Amino acid sequence: MSTLHPLIPMLQSRQDEDASTLGQKFSDQVQRVLQRSMQIRHLDAGSCNGCDWEIQSLLCPAYDMQRLGLDIVASPRHADCLLVTGSVTRHLEIAAIRTWEAMPAPGIVIAVGACACGGGVLQGSYCTAGGVKNVLPVDISIPGCPPRPQALLHGLMLALDRIEQKLHHSNHEFRIGRSEA
Amino acid sequence: MTDVVTSPAVDLQQLSGGELLPSRVPGETRVVVPLVTLPRACQVIVDGVGARLATMVAQDERAETGSFTLAYTFAIPDRRWMTIECQVPADSPAFPSVTPLVPAAHWYEREARDMFGLEPEGHPDLRRLVMHDDWPAGVFPLRKDFDPSIPVPRVEADPYRFHTLHGDGIVEIPVGPFHAGVIEPGHFRFAAVGEVVLALEPRLFYTHRGIEKLIEGKSLDHGLQIAERICGVCSLSHAVTYCQAAEQILGIEAPPRAAVIRSIGLELERLYNHVGDAGNMCAGVGFMVGVAHGARLKDELQRLNEQFTGNRFLRGLSAIGGVRRDLDVEFAAQMSLELARIAREFGELTAMILGSETTMERMRRTGILPGDLARALGVVGVGARASGIDLDTRRDHPYAAYRDGETARRRDGKTARRPDGQNLPPSPAVGRGAGGEGYSAVGRGAGGEGHSAGGGEGFPVPTREEGDVAARLLVRIDEVAVSFALIQALIAEMPAGPLIAGWTPPTTDAAAFSATESPRGENLHWLRVNAQGTIERYRVRSASFPNWPAVAAAAPGNMVPDFPLINKSFELCYACLDR
Ligand code: SF4
Repeated sequence: MSTLHPLIPMLQSRQDEDASTLGQKFSDQVQRVLQRSMQIRHLDAGSCNGCDWEIQSLLCPAYDMQRLGLDIVASPRHADCLLVTGSVTRHLEIAAIRTWEAMPAPGIVIAVGACACGGGVLQGSYCTAGGVKNVLPVDISIPGCPPRPQALLHGLMLALDRIEQKLHHSNHEFRIGRSEA
Repeated sequence: MTDVVTSPAVDLQQLSGGELLPSRVPGETRVVVPLVTLPRACQVIVDGVGARLATMVAQDERAETGSFTLAYTFAIPDRRWMTIECQVPADSPAFPSVTPLVPAAHWYEREARDMFGLEPEGHPDLRRLVMHDDWPAGVFPLRKDFDPSIPVPRVEADPYRFHTLHGDGIVEIPVGPFHAGVIEPGHFRFAAVGEVVLALEPRLFYTHRGIEKLIEGKSLDHGLQIAERICGVCSLSHAVTYCQAAEQILGIEAPPRAAVIRSIGLELERLYNHVGDAGNMCAGVGFMVGVAHGARLKDELQRLNEQFTGNRFLRGLSAIGGVRRDLDVEFAAQMSLELARIAREFGELTAMILGSETTMERMRRTGILPGDLARALGVVGVGARASGIDLDTRRDHPYAAYRDGETARRRDGKTARRPDGQNLPPSPAVGRGAGGEGYSAVGRGAGGEGHSAGGGEGFPVPTREEGDVAARLLVRIDEVAVSFALIQALIAEMPAGPLIAGWTPPTTDAAAFSATESPRGENLHWLRVNAQGTIERYRVRSASFPNWPAVAAAAPGNMVPDFPLINKSFELCYACLDR
């Protein structure tokens, strides 16, 4: 396999020569933990679309997360983790819960952006849940309004650690907990 | 200004038969009419002077006047505004619907019904629009007596009734609210025979966040934080629109340097959107090389945004009274070079797209929005210009640095260069090179000939007549050229001076509105503050509001698999619409 491009072009320009090694390490970790690529499902639970466009830009040639073994999938049934943006609006709450329920265990939930992490500027609205944690069990929170693509990649690295933790340490317990829910 | 006003304000007043009220912004004729004559007054303005319904604002003034008010604001072709108001009594909250006479009013009136409980009598479609089925009847969130801190329970209700078509071989295809890609949520209901769409009905407002209510009672500065987050990719347009409305109320104006910096930011916003959209439209036909290049250039433009403002979406640039960031000479020079390179590379990308016959063939004659339909729906932005409607807020209601007097900018606008190096006005350029007869490069208006109305006669507004996906792509490509030229011209003649004007919170009740041309079309914000200096009412009419019904209207007759392409060619936003 050819060597990976630097993980983050901007980091590289700041003389972070570790960037490409970091990418390689991450990619290796994906292989080791999942034995395949990490599959991500995006869920817009009422964002302003800023966060979503940043997720979209992870697919562009500058970040190209597919080379690291990460991809966006079309169905929650194929997903290892859920990238949730927005503070969860009333009109999307039920659909968001159904999406999460359709995911296979361990089903990592990542809250992306200030809105998803804690309601953001929408705190106090009659029509939002004030953050993903009030609706779904959040594993990782990525702050920012919106978080930069680099922060999203960092969050995904943490999510992989979390998957590893859950698979190794609370696999059985977690699966039972999930099916009862 | 005087030379462009073809008729004095009193004409509009006479036409509408209303009683004159003090205007809220320069160039506005504001009248009040009795409830019964409201539809007729709106119709004569639309039919008589070719006005476009720009927004409708409902207000709960029961505490002050004992009634609700409705205000229909129209954009008049000669650079003016016209507002027709009426009072709706609190004890019988109903009004004669304007929709049968002015179809563009349809969603506004349904929204007023959901949010204020005002019944539009005679409206052909009285289903819920903004609030979905499980929202209890009789609870109206924008009424002043609604307390947002008390949770509203979900209720059992009949599910939304989509219009259904019956007949042999008709299948219904439900899609959404969540879609397969990284897209915003919305539900689409297709009726199709085989591959052909017979009808499409969108069900939207899933991301309704209650922003108009949330902002009430907040200070003007706090309000800006929220207004800037209505939409990600039109952040700056929304922020500037809000700031301009607030400045109008405060009686201040952004200093010249701030006006230029705002315009540079607004053009950068248009650039990263249009460049990315040109690429994304390729996704609709599976031309992935185009997608990748579009996304790459978009990201480079967003990095430029970040270097300029500290945010990839240009957030935090605009403040009430001016801007928060300066553009120093050194960075301006760097930006100018960078933009010249990106313009060149975008030229390569467009040549690639337009030169791909299979791509263009899918786009031509697909998703046609007829001009008369676009006019009836009050469509704005690229969608309107690609269907032969010559409108652009930058020229028609100029603001920031688009105002008259920017002679150098005008001059440079006239000699705007296409990214592939061809001058903008001459015709047989890119489109024809792509083998598209009937797609001569720029429609009319590029040289601005014969535009009596403002923004500098030379302000180039590319339009096309075809109304199809290809036309929307070509209008975007032409607008990109104009934006690149505008930024270069603005950088070249940055006036010196302060960045922000000082202000103190207002102490009297006042209202104003303002409009800007976002990448998606005209954004219009209506703002009212009270004597305590906090926001009393805020109404956002984004470009997506009048344009969404046009997407549904452009789909029938096309293949189901072409819908994503048609949708991308309009490139509307759900967050802006749903608020
Ligand atoms: S965190 Fe910011 S960018 Fe993300 S959805 Fe909320 S307002 Fe938009």
